[in-house]
Amino acid sequence: MKEFSYQRPGQVREALALAADDGARFLGGGTNLVDLMKDGIETPNRLVDVRGLPLDGVRDAPDGGLVIGATTTNSDAAAHPEVRRRYPALSQAVLAGASGQLRNMATVGGNLLQRTRCGYFADSSQPCNKRSPGSGCSAIAGEHHNHAILGWSDHCAATHPSDMAVALVAFDAVVHYETLDGTQEIPLSEFYPPVGETPQRETMLPSGALITAVTLPGAAASPRSRYRKVRERASYAFANVSVAAALDVNEGVVQGARIALGGLASRPLRAHAAESALQGAPATADRFGVAADAELSAARPLRDNAYKVTLARNLIVAVLTELAHPAE
Amino acid sequence: MTDYTRSEIHLCVNGQSHRLNVDNRRTLLDALREETGHTGPKKGCDRGQCGACTVLLDGRRVVSCLTLAVAADGSDVTTIEGLASDGELHPLQQAFVQLDGFQCGYCTPGQLCSAVGMLAEHAAGWPSAVTTDVSAEGPAPELDAEEVRERLSGNLCRCGAYPSIVRAVLETASRAEVTG
Amino acid sequence: MAASSTSPSPAPSGHQALRPNTAGTSAPSARMGEPPLGAIGMARPRVEGMAKVTGAVRYAADEPMSELAHGWVVTSTVTRGRIRDIDTSAALAMPGVLGVLDHSNAPRLNLDAGSFFGPDGGMHLLQNDEIPHSGRPIALVVAETAEQARSAAMALRVTYDEEPYDVDFSLEHPAARPATAFFGEDATVGDVEREVAASTVAVDERYVTPEAHGAAMEPHSATAWWEGERLQVVDSNQGPFLVAMTVATLFHLEPKQVRVRSLHVGGGFGSKSGGCGPQLVLAVMAATMFNRAVRVTLTRSQVFQTVSMRPATDQRVRIGADADGRLRAIDHTAAFEVSKLADYLENCTELSNTLYAARAIRTRRTAVPVDILPPYSVRGPGATPGSFALESAMDEVAERLRMDPLELRLRNEPRVGPVSGLPFSRRNLVTCLREGARRFGWATRDREPRTRSEGHLLVGTGMAATSFSAGALPSTASITAEADGGFTVAIGASDIGTGARTALTAVAAEALRIDPERIRLLIADSDLGPAWSAGGSRGTTSWSWAITGAAAKLRSQLAGATLPLTVSFDTTESLGALPPMERHSYSAVFCEVTVDPATGEVRVRRLLGMFAVGRVINPLLARSQLVGGMIMGLSMALHEEGVRDPATGRHVNGDFAGYHIAAHADIPDIEADFVPDYEPGDPSGIKGVGEIGTVGTAAAIANAVWHATGRRHRTLPIRPDRVLEEPPPR
Repeated sequence: MKEFSYQRPGQVREALALAADDGARFLGGGTNLVDLMKDGIETPNRLVDVRGLPLDGVRDAPDGGLVIGATTTNSDAAAHPEVRRRYPALSQAVLAGASGQLRNMATVGGNLLQRTRCGYFADSSQPCNKRSPGSGCSAIAGEHHNHAILGWSDHCAATHPSDMAVALVAFDAVVHYETLDGTQEIPLSEFYPPVGETPQRETMLPSGALITAVTLPGAAASPRSRYRKVRERASYAFANVSVAAALDVNEGVVQGARIALGGLASRPLRAHAAESALQGAPATADRFGVAADAELSAARPLRDNAYKVTLARNLIVAVLTELAHPAE
Repeated sequence: MTDYTRSEIHLCVNGQSHRLNVDNRRTLLDALREETGHTGPKKGCDRGQCGACTVLLDGRRVVSCLTLAVAADGSDVTTIEGLASDGELHPLQQAFVQLDGFQCGYCTPGQLCSAVGMLAEHAAGWPSAVTTDVSAEGPAPELDAEEVRERLSGNLCRCGAYPSIVRAVLETASRAEVTG
Repeated sequence: MAASSTSPSPAPSGHQALRPNTAGTSAPSARMGEPPLGAIGMARPRVEGMAKVTGAVRYAADEPMSELAHGWVVTSTVTRGRIRDIDTSAALAMPGVLGVLDHSNAPRLNLDAGSFFGPDGGMHLLQNDEIPHSGRPIALVVAETAEQARSAAMALRVTYDEEPYDVDFSLEHPAARPATAFFGEDATVGDVEREVAASTVAVDERYVTPEAHGAAMEPHSATAWWEGERLQVVDSNQGPFLVAMTVATLFHLEPKQVRVRSLHVGGGFGSKSGGCGPQLVLAVMAATMFNRAVRVTLTRSQVFQTVSMRPATDQRVRIGADADGRLRAIDHTAAFEVSKLADYLENCTELSNTLYAARAIRTRRTAVPVDILPPYSVRGPGATPGSFALESAMDEVAERLRMDPLELRLRNEPRVGPVSGLPFSRRNLVTCLREGARRFGWATRDREPRTRSEGHLLVGTGMAATSFSAGALPSTASITAEADGGFTVAIGASDIGTGARTALTAVAAEALRIDPERIRLLIADSDLGPAWSAGGSRGTTSWSWAITGAAAKLRSQLAGATLPLTVSFDTTESLGALPPMERHSYSAVFCEVTVDPATGEVRVRRLLGMFAVGRVINPLLARSQLVGGMIMGLSMALHEEGVRDPATGRHVNGDFAGYHIAAHADIPDIEADFVPDYEPGDPSGIKGVGEIGTVGTAAAIANAVWHATGRRHRTLPIRPDRVLEEPPPR
């Protein structure tokens, strides 16, 4: 691990000023950053600990939604009564991630910024365009059982590891951040740019920007929502595929649907095509399948991950069916 | 010139105050093991992937291998060495011995600290990934075997003591309920 | 025995001290003649339990040590080739760095050093510029602190001349060759081809298991230092005596110059057996070079890369049977990976030699040398992957015969060893099968697969039968009758979590006819004399035999003796006098799984094992070990897989986030119980319990997945993507 200085400011402006240098990184729970620093994948020369900032906690937003402070731990976000009541799929998604210990450390802001779990990214002896632009992508010809099937490019096929972000995308969450120039916001659905030729560019955050909060719009509140994750053991593993969904059904007809997919791409994907296909459709497994196919027709599996197409389709159908017929 | 890569920190470990001058790179786990003499927390992976280093940081369970010591400055730390009080084993420790909740014992410090933290989380009403209805208002979900297993899944055990650990936790939890 | 229990005469003065403080008036010599106290068979918590739950026990990396230097291992990032250069200049200039060991300056080792299978190049580290496999240790950076060593290790500039590699293992590999016959020749009984041709049904299938890792929770750690001419070592291993002997050979030392201790060991599962680990080789080199105490602790990823694993296997099993289920032929061909650095035998056909009667039995073991880390034993070596193949094939025979797989097993009980012709010492498989079936409720099982469902989940049950060879290996114990009435029992055993401390205390107490509280047990030190290691399910049997032998000898000499009195007993002669027999533990494993065909998720809902493992010393601890073994089998069935990069040959999932071992949430409550059993060839009647739990479990689970879904899984692990079903066409 490279040597670094450490500061724990009490005010956001102070934090921004400290982080203005190249090589400074904000430290939240450290569950991802410290891990990557140990192998020299992250090499900050200064850590600015954000947990002394007044950015902790969940509060009501004027539109009936919620504001989740960036330094709120994953545990506190998942356990918050209003998150659980209004956005249960978010609570479930957070609880499906990592372990109790890691959720007690990890922050909401940090969760959105976590790096891919692609093994080549974490192995500095191997080429990786995300870590070392221009060096090549080892995964495309290599081991990619759990890599992307949608939106990947010849430059990178890594997936985004967050569970929480999948649910947040389904609920139209907005990311609020601050720079020395002032405050800004960006919908989470636009927060992660397409991979294209620049897999090293992972978010739209300007350099030195600090995420201060994530807001959930009141209009997106969906007490009937669900997050499901399939992984290679029953707990404490990253997703192969995950689905966050909310469904509004009236007399057997879909009035509205929110669907987001994890484990399939470099970012959590909002399934707009599937949602459109469901609008006004009968809430049947058949139609759920049609909707899933509409979303997944663009899939381009790699040599060893075609299973994700089937798995994503089945999981979408299963979750929607469960939401449409809770008793079954 | 001031050395910005080291920090003066204060940790309260199992009730005992420690002032340390640490390399900022030092994890809480290494500070405990190498500097304050607490070798109970174990370095099973050093990557947050096994849970053997679990300690309670200001009452909450965390993995000490991904916690920088400098970032824990000013905290109360409880390690496995601090679970017993006045020579009296914590009921969970007792249950682990009686029900054989370990074999090699290497994951045990983490399992125990994790279980203590987990019981507090449950008592605070936190749901888990297997809680059927997370939105349920009112009391915490009932702590059955499935809940315990999910909540302790961040603590790997290669000897396969899982069933005994779950039994020990459930027995301790039910005894605590009875005695209030 | 000089004294009888009714002796009215006062005990000789030397015996007075034997009287326990709280005892009554009877002479100690009389007490010694009393019947056993029942120390064996009692469920007692571990003697070191209190220390383990309070964090007080010290594992190898926990020993405080003054003036300790730390070594950081650097491993090869290429799979095969030669080191062109290791540029150490930047590293050497870093703070705290004492030096860098590599092939240019490391002490020269004795290249004859190895394991039972011969010289083992896996131990011959830093001897030349060759890279035989990815992850090979190529340097050790030594510094005052571990952080400094790690930072400096990252500053080494290593360049390679890469060479083509081959990690493409299969049964048909052109380099495949007959495996070593270390555990006996391949079997050729009867005419397999003729019997298969005459069979009503014949199964002929391939079964594949991946590379698998012991993955004990304690990463390997060694601390070495010199005290004059004597090398002192604290190390994580499964048998300090054998490790000390290996170190002596490796470093051209006299055996008595080396002392190895392994007081508490955080699990082994084979990964800390077999000569000596890379952490120890490198620590001794560094201690020698820098004349300091040096500690080398592997990182988790280094444990995966540098410590032996279970090789991948590719097995073909043919079984022919008559319509009534009687087997005509078992033909088991098992290929496994070996490294070019060392020979090894993954004895996959062990069960095919002994579990069932058949007119013809043919086994062929094939080793395929590829460019990988040298494989070695992992819990239930050979038998575990072999059982997956054999017991899956048996289930397939039952399926084709439309016969209850339990009944199929019962119909093929052999009277004598089907290959050896030797009698069985005790064969209690049928009892295990029947009692397990009764408890599990097997009788109500549907014959047809895919008949039970609960909501969207498919439910199925499966079973497997198992044996595991039992026995003991030469060991020496000594016992001292102390003047204070206590007994010091010393044996170079290792407690890697098996409960050896607790079990051996009970064995000694019973053998000496005294309370366990009067025993002071010394283990885990090579100075305690020659002893087998915690391996091959022969730790407790080997050590117990030596202890019971020493106890008998002591008791015969106690009368009139001056205390302290020490006797020792070497089991070599007694073991040599044992008549050859088929000696095995047995088990029957039953399980119930649910399968979600939409997601491919398999969950084990019930798992039950009935075991015939001889006399049980401590049912609490033995059950824990058997349950733990079954959990490792479950983990093998559903989760574990060392993955190699098809593009580079490197092991790519070498951490606990990538190499999944079962977590709490994967494990149901598991039942393990014993049928009455006794091993006549052992003075205490015991057999081993360390490995048999693992052996049959994967097949039982795979068979249950078939029963749930109607689809066979002949490749492990049974991952979601392999189980997942396409939706029916609309």
